[in-house]
Amino acid sequence: MSSSPPTPARSAAADAGKAGGTPAPLLSLRGISKSFGAVAALTDVDLDVSAGEVVALVGDNGAGKSTLVKTLSGVHPPDSGTITFESREVSVTSPAAAQQLGIATVFQDLALCENLNVIENLFLGRELRGLRLDDVAMEVRSRELLQQLSAKIPSVRVPIAGLSGGQRQTVAIARSLLGDPKIIILDEPTAALGVAQTAEVLNLIERLRERGHGVIMISHNMADVKAVADTVAVLRLGRNNGVFDAATTSAEELVAAITGATDNEVTRRARRSAGTAATAATTTDKESADKEGDADE
Amino acid sequence: MSDVDVRPPAAAAGTADAADEPSGLRGVIAAVTGRMRGGDLGVAPVVAGLIVIWTVMQILNPVFLSSDNLSNLTMEMVPVGVISLGVVFMLLVGQIDLSVGSLSGVAAAVTAVLFVDQGFNPWLAVLAAVALACLIGWVYAQVFNRFGVPSFVITLAGLLGFLGLQLHVLGPKGAINLPFDSRLVTFAQLDFVPPWLAYTLVVLAAAALYGTGHAHASARRKAGLSATSERVLVLRSVAVLAGLVLAVWYLNRDRGVGWMFVFFLVLVLVAHYVLTRTKYGKAVYAVGGNVEAARRAGINVRTIYTSAFVICTTLAAIGGILAAARLAAANQSTGSGDVNLNAIAAAVIGGTSLFGGRGGAWASLLGILVIQSISNGLTLLNLDSSYRFMVTGVVLMLAVALDSVARRSRASAGRA
Repeated sequence: MSSSPPTPARSAAADAGKAGGTPAPLLSLRGISKSFGAVAALTDVDLDVSAGEVVALVGDNGAGKSTLVKTLSGVHPPDSGTITFESREVSVTSPAAAQQLGIATVFQDLALCENLNVIENLFLGRELRGLRLDDVAMEVRSRELLQQLSAKIPSVRVPIAGLSGGQRQTVAIARSLLGDPKIIILDEPTAALGVAQTAEVLNLIERLRERGHGVIMISHNMADVKAVADTVAVLRLGRNNGVFDAATTSAEELVAAITGATDNEVTRRARRSAGTAATAATTTDKESADKEGDADE
Repeated sequence: MSDVDVRPPAAAAGTADAADEPSGLRGVIAAVTGRMRGGDLGVAPVVAGLIVIWTVMQILNPVFLSSDNLSNLTMEMVPVGVISLGVVFMLLVGQIDLSVGSLSGVAAAVTAVLFVDQGFNPWLAVLAAVALACLIGWVYAQVFNRFGVPSFVITLAGLLGFLGLQLHVLGPKGAINLPFDSRLVTFAQLDFVPPWLAYTLVVLAAAALYGTGHAHASARRKAGLSATSERVLVLRSVAVLAGLVLAVWYLNRDRGVGWMFVFFLVLVLVAHYVLTRTKYGKAVYAVGGNVEAARRAGINVRTIYTSAFVICTTLAAIGGILAAARLAAANQSTGSGDVNLNAIAAAVIGGTSLFGGRGGAWASLLGILVIQSISNGLTLLNLDSSYRFMVTGVVLMLAVALDSVARRSRASAGRA
């Protein structure tokens, strides 16, 4: 692993995420559109990612998050629009091309072989010295890499089957780092993880930012988004629906952008429970029980 | 696979990272129990089973462990053992070949017809039969890769089809005798390693084991990794040396070590190296473990499947030719009966998982040793094949059950 670029200040990174930031973004998408037959999955989508910035890509189911990620990782090349990477206009036509450019994707299913150990998984398909494997060099690099990520893996020679979900996510992310990518795309990295494991992965994402990688994270979990993201890009029905600064935007505002209205199921629910709490303070127990009964309906 | 992690205190400082393993004996025990708990049983069950079988057989008939009988055992296990080595490759990629018996019969028939009836040079005849098997494996793989037909259906069709081909090639006579003085027959029946050469080979093997182990350990130590300690290396080599010298001495009280058995050992060693120490081997395990992950890692999955099919059919052909050579005849029953299932059973009993991605080349040697010991022991007791089939069936059932239980515990360990 080559030395990481110097860590940019967080505020600078956050500024760059907003339109008109001073440093040119590492990756910028302009007017990306993609249709599958008659279905327009993406229409005129823009997205910017700078080095050392975590961009959360949020949106409801079917908003086009996965399609956007697939256009970036070369699985579905876009129909129109431009992808600018390190100030050069590029075309990402295949997963191999994306890797070549330095865009690594960790898909939700991780794609690890449970029967192989951590080292074998990290180096799968790019083993050192094919006819007489250099396991010493591979183990050294694996340990270095995991150490840089402060990963908690019991042993690099334990099969993946013996690791927890968070540890597997760590291995999958570490593997994406072997190609020394500039941009790392994480598809729902905390889905299906427990509380402690989620924290582990969030720490890992922060470490990726410190190392100067640009990170695009798809997530449904507003708490995770608020916890690690610098910028939140909202997609709705295949279009941009706002780019927010994660530090100053509330979860409610994000939900409003995701669902496309301030009056939605989530805000109604929040209002209802707030109202219940207020009433409960001034009324008798019986009445408040009735109110709660109403709220449940 | 038999690496023992003993961390010398000096190396610990160089690797004081979070991903460090515990040191010393505790580390060794932790590694072994962890692997077992994770459902990675390795060769432990089959070695235990072998000890039980040998003890029982010896008690029932004291001739069983005689030099004469063991020498015979090492020879008669080779043909099916070679076939089973090919099956290991298929099982590792998560597929199966049910036609290995028929293929071995076809190869034996083709060799015999070309050699005896057509007057070819025997090696040319062998080469032709092996080439035919390669072609068959390639065709299997094309059907599998292009049309997505499950391998067991393809090879089930092959089982029937090639049984027909075998009968057709043999013609109305139904059997062709191979001349007793041909190199092919003497190789399978009469050629034994001279004692001095056998001992030399044993010493060389032990020295090579120490040499490679030492080089590997010092490379790891230099890189600051945990390494097998010098003491363990020496002990291991001495144990192997003692074991092999004892085996060679014991077998040499009778006829000695057959060249055919040495040939099988070499095949197993080469296969072991290919599977564990090459990029190709890792790809084989990856395809058997998770095809999608292998594909995304840039492995050409179709090529790996094709190679497994071709290796399996080729080794099946070699096994069939050896069987014919041992019998000095190719006939309609070469490769029929229990050959097919014994070859598959040997691979599974030896510890190769039916679910793909687990096992190794040694499985074929250990598995066939179990099956042949049962068969040989029951024959010594004058019990006919009805008992042999039943006992082998029970052992196979145990092995598959163990595989399934281990797989389940792997799954639950993975969830933990």
